[in-house]
Amino acid sequence: MVEYVPGIPILKPYIDADNKAYWDAVKEEKFVVQQCNKCKNYYQPPRPMCPECLTLDTMEFVPSTGKGEVYSYIIYTTDKMAYPAMKIPYAVMVVEMEEGVRITANNAPDIDTDEIYIGMPVEVTFAKIDDDLTLYQFKKRKS
Amino acid sequence: MSIKDKTAIAGIGLTEYSTGTDLTEWALASLCIKNAAEDAGITVKDIDGLVKDIDDGWDCSYVQKTLGIDNLLYSSESHWGTSSMLNAISAVASGTANNVVYYRSRKGATSDKRSPSDYRVAKETMDDSISILRIDFYEPFGLVNPVGCAAMIIQRYMNEYNIKPEQMGSVVTGITEYGAKNPLALYTDKAVTMDEYMNSEMVADPIREIECAKGVDAGIAILITRAEMAKDMKQTPAIIMSAAQGAAMNGEFFTGYNQEKMTALPEMVSMGDELYRIAGITAKDVNVAQLDDRFTPMVPMQVEALGFCGAGEGAAFCEARSLPINTAGGSLGEGFMDSNRIVEAVRQVRGTSTSQVDNAEIILYAAGAGGPADGLIIRK
Repeated sequence: MVEYVPGIPILKPYIDADNKAYWDAVKEEKFVVQQCNKCKNYYQPPRPMCPECLTLDTMEFVPSTGKGEVYSYIIYTTDKMAYPAMKIPYAVMVVEMEEGVRITANNAPDIDTDEIYIGMPVEVTFAKIDDDLTLYQFKKRKS
Repeated sequence: MSIKDKTAIAGIGLTEYSTGTDLTEWALASLCIKNAAEDAGITVKDIDGLVKDIDDGWDCSYVQKTLGIDNLLYSSESHWGTSSMLNAISAVASGTANNVVYYRSRKGATSDKRSPSDYRVAKETMDDSISILRIDFYEPFGLVNPVGCAAMIIQRYMNEYNIKPEQMGSVVTGITEYGAKNPLALYTDKAVTMDEYMNSEMVADPIREIECAKGVDAGIAILITRAEMAKDMKQTPAIIMSAAQGAAMNGEFFTGYNQEKMTALPEMVSMGDELYRIAGITAKDVNVAQLDDRFTPMVPMQVEALGFCGAGEGAAFCEARSLPINTAGGSLGEGFMDSNRIVEAVRQVRGTSTSQVDNAEIILYAAGAGGPADGLIIRK
């Protein structure tokens, strides 16, 4: 799990028309992925145009199953390199979702940093960081 | 039309490499360009083109003010590693300008001394190009710097091919052996031993501090001119056989995690293919390589991407010392500049390296492992 140091702001996403629907869904604790409704390809990070169809209006955010496997991860182990608002050691994981896109996030409180491994089954959960910011995290998955 | 053999590196100019200088980046840039002209045996007034990286050094118009260059036929800047070199080479090969200097001036050591709580300020003023990317999907989760972002790729690589830490250690021991012989390698007094490596501190597990380039305050300038002009200048010209960049789909600056196979370094693969195609050679013809060692565990992935060995064989290739790599001690010794490895490639052509490779005919330089890549192949 990650623990925050009070008083130091978390770096927040810069929200614009290309990613607003993604972060709005997160705020409501719904996890969505971007999909082109014409070619059905999934994309991450979100983008305004489908690189397959070259269309703007086919890009949608659709509900994800929220399930995936750890594709890679790292553990920040020293203040010299870590972001000061987060207590070390903390982990960051890249999770390959069932839709095929890979999502970067932290581990939820039920996963200790030293039990993460590549291939670990995980699923999305949410954490309210402060009044303005809700983030997704990954917790253990049984099925 | 090809740029093969049309241009050459005729001069290299350095300032002192230091752990902290009172000179500004403007002063460092001015000084290294002056030194490059002197090295080539031309006057500063003969320089008619200037290029720089967008994220460090001072704008060309400032440098023009200090060097007294009346007119610039060409000036530009571009992102990513040393891809601006390609601008300089293209400008000379096309005849747009005659003597174009690519320069980089950074106060990397001074920036490193900032405390983590100055992070936001530091990030805005340091060279780290992360600020120009869509960082929204990484930074809120505390993945905030190149070291952590690169470690993600390295973890996956070590897992895919069952790479042992000792094998990554052999990259560090090998490069620092060269650094120990190079007086300009201010951060390497002696070669790192395997014991020291194995006992060294993790910073972004699996990356150790000992594997990360140090920041250095320095200016480096590289003078490109037409190959036939270079022959009449002071130094042995380093003929540019090829220069290329690689930018693959879904590539990002160390966060291309949605590339289908990120550990294959797709940008480096396409850049290397292009380098060899233009030069008309294969990896087998390369005698010395100067590879991106900002984080040394990226080196085994690069030797694979550049065709020196097969997928998953890079660590064993480095361990066996199958090719001289980073013969000046790389970024571990001289600090992170990238272009200091171009300088070492030129030394190998001139025969002035402190670890001179016998019969160094063809030297490959690469930058941008884990992101958009660029590189050169040079020869005598």
